[in-house]
Amino acid sequence: MIGKFFKQLTDKPWLPPEQEVVAEINTGAVALAVPPARVALRLFLCVAFVLFSLFSVAYYVRMELDDWRPLAEPGLLWLNTAVILLSSVALQIARQAVQRGNTRTVSFTLTLGGLLTIAFLVGQYMTWGELRGAGYFAAGNPANAFYYLLTAVHGLHLLGGLVVWARTVKRMWQGAEPYQIRLSIELCTTYWHFLALVWLGIFWILIST
Amino acid sequence: MAYVAIADQDEPLHDPQSFIEKYIWSQDHKVIAIQYGITAIGVGLVALVLSGLMRLQLGFPDQFSFIDPSSYYQFITMHGMIMVIYLLTALFLGGFGNYLIPLMLGTRDMVFPYMNMLSFWAYFLSVIILLASFFVPAGPTGAGWTLYPPQAILPGTPGVDWGIILMLASLAVFIVAFTMGGLNYITTALQARCRGMTLMRMPLSVWGIISATVLGLLAFPALLVSAIMMLLDKLIGTSFFMPALINLGETLEYNGGSPVLFQHLFWFFGHPEVYIVALPAFGIVSDLLSTHARKNIFGYRMMVWAIVAIGGLSFVVWAHHMYVSGMHPYFGFFFATTTLIIAVPTAIKVYNWVLTLWRGNIRLTTPMLFAIGFIFTFINGGLTGLFLGNVTVDLPLSDTYFVVAHFHMVMGVSPILVLFGAIYHWYPKMTGRLMDETLGKWHFWITFVGAYSVYYPMHYLGFLGLPRRYYAMGGAEFMPESAQSLNAGISVAALTLGVAQLIFLYNAIVSLKKGKPAGHNPWEATTLEWQTPDTPPHHGNWGDKLPVVHRWAYDYSVPGVEQDYIPQNVPRGENEQSGQT
Ligand code: HEM
Ligand SMILES: [Cu+2]
Repeated sequence: MIGKFFKQLTDKPWLPPEQEVVAEINTGAVALAVPPARVALRLFLCVAFVLFSLFSVAYYVRMELDDWRPLAEPGLLWLNTAVILLSSVALQIARQAVQRGNTRTVSFTLTLGGLLTIAFLVGQYMTWGELRGAGYFAAGNPANAFYYLLTAVHGLHLLGGLVVWARTVKRMWQGAEPYQIRLSIELCTTYWHFLALVWLGIFWILIST
Repeated sequence: MAYVAIADQDEPLHDPQSFIEKYIWSQDHKVIAIQYGITAIGVGLVALVLSGLMRLQLGFPDQFSFIDPSSYYQFITMHGMIMVIYLLTALFLGGFGNYLIPLMLGTRDMVFPYMNMLSFWAYFLSVIILLASFFVPAGPTGAGWTLYPPQAILPGTPGVDWGIILMLASLAVFIVAFTMGGLNYITTALQARCRGMTLMRMPLSVWGIISATVLGLLAFPALLVSAIMMLLDKLIGTSFFMPALINLGETLEYNGGSPVLFQHLFWFFGHPEVYIVALPAFGIVSDLLSTHARKNIFGYRMMVWAIVAIGGLSFVVWAHHMYVSGMHPYFGFFFATTTLIIAVPTAIKVYNWVLTLWRGNIRLTTPMLFAIGFIFTFINGGLTGLFLGNVTVDLPLSDTYFVVAHFHMVMGVSPILVLFGAIYHWYPKMTGRLMDETLGKWHFWITFVGAYSVYYPMHYLGFLGLPRRYYAMGGAEFMPESAQSLNAGISVAALTLGVAQLIFLYNAIVSLKKGKPAGHNPWEATTLEWQTPDTPPHHGNWGDKLPVVHRWAYDYSVPGVEQDYIPQNVPRGENEQSGQT
């Protein structure tokens, strides 16, 4: 896609058009291989990627300063990580099932994926309680503060995804045919994979420092 | 359900009937554009009044009891932030982006009309939050538009209790609004162009707007990150940016944070922000020049490449704003070099504008005057930028009025001139009537001469060493008496300039009813927005059938063709020779 973009930049639009363009005009075949919603989602993932990257850069810069006291991450995080990976897998199965039109698998795995995500969020929240209980407050040390911050921002992104997920589930319960919710499911899956990867990144940053 | 216009479709267009659906919760890109425009201009007027107040104080110190040092800081901060973000960014992208992208690319609307509506209302909310800070105890923040910690959230800075919180919250909401709008603009430009509209047939206005949108999407996250972390420092006492401090004899809880980290994040956003307002101006001015000079734009491909190159480079120059914060000399060397490299594509653009005018059949309409005024002003501001880009020159000039003069020329006056030109140019399409030319020319000359009388002398004040952001000059030895007279002169010019904008407002309002009917293509332009079946375009823009594009956007004065322009949707004729060789 990017390569095609740069190739188009070499067009000389003031000359009579090339054959392809003429053919496109005549047949009216507007090449819309990708639905707009998917393009928009990809763009948004770029934006979110930049956001998380900048948080990580800030993390590494701040870490170099004297007062940083590494945090012992709660063990629960391992379980949470497994849960979010499972939710990603569940949605992936839902995506494949909806492409085959398999309604029962879709409704099971889609619901499961969302519930696992909610479980992940609850689990993350519990780690907060655990840390606070042990006296690791955000104001106490930048390592603590970053822990709360990164998990919160990541969680908020998931919450946003859950809104879309809930609307899709609702439509499914109201009897929508698989092809009607196919795009929503595919986009949710992409988004979930992305956030699972982001979480792996955050988790790695947290435990490796 | 809103209609998503992708190509010709059989489904009927969604058809709002009630006033509220049509003009308040509207999903029509043209209405949203105008909502954006009016809100931005409204809040921009607030910023203008604030600048007038600051000039009153600077020109005639101690005459006005209601301006004290604290309120001066608050005026500076709100003025700067409003002008850069809530006026220029919103008007170029939310306003003109919304209006022009679908019309110039031949689509019925943005691809996500509902999200477009949300984008405007979120922007509106951010403006309300921002303006609310004038009414909270102790007023808006006085941290300067750069909001540098630690002072931004320390006692002693005005508005430290409420103002700064509202500012940061408002910025966060603005960023959400911008992201929703931006995803829309890009997706529309990528996926919904009408038949025959290849990328390289897009008018440069669209290139400028969507490139700026890409910059915004990648740069605003940096502002969001710094805003969130600063809010946490302020609200729950974390120390992301706050170092250990003794304030008024009292040791604060903060410890170990890095103010320079904030500066990096801020300018990683802040420098691209300059281009977020410059690139749309570049694009729009190219179209104005070409249309009113009846010539194709010189070097179209080069113009596109330059926009893309400038956009890319703008992410690797940010630290030229931080030379005085102290950095490794190699860093300074790197950023000075990249800064100078940006001058290359920028200069190419300037040459191409001038060459577009060369031997053109120039029509000195109001939009054209503003466009030419832009070229002068931008060259001026650009040249002082080259000075400031060099570490050794920047160090003595940084934080003086030289900088104030530089950035007002390059990102204040220049984009504003383009915006005025653009409003005079597209007003007939938005309303069906022309704005009055005589008043327009008065407006141009007063604005142009006024702006130069305000900002030229400031370069000189900067050389003298007059510091920026000072409420009063005080009794500094190195400031001659005459500097104060100069300041008074600047203030008179600035106030005249400010009041003269009433001519524009008057013209815009009265022409709504009384203006000369414009017809559908008063400037005899080639681009698609002038080829709509109705003026102003109806909901859905194109009547029954979407346009088909057969040529690029700049077929003016084509040899062998009688009429001196050929609209983009006209098929190629027999005796037509190709426009450029
Ligand atoms: C009539 C037009 C304008 C006048 C008279 C004016 C005047 C001023 C003055 C007096 C200051 C404070 C200088 C100081 O004490 O350091 C200032 C700052 C500033 N202005 Fe303007 N201005 C105008 C238009 C604009 C525009 C269109 C922009 C858009 C980019 C702009 C952006 C800024 C910024 C970013 C600052 C710096 C704020 C800060 O230091 O935190 N101004 N202006
Ligand atoms: Cu810069």
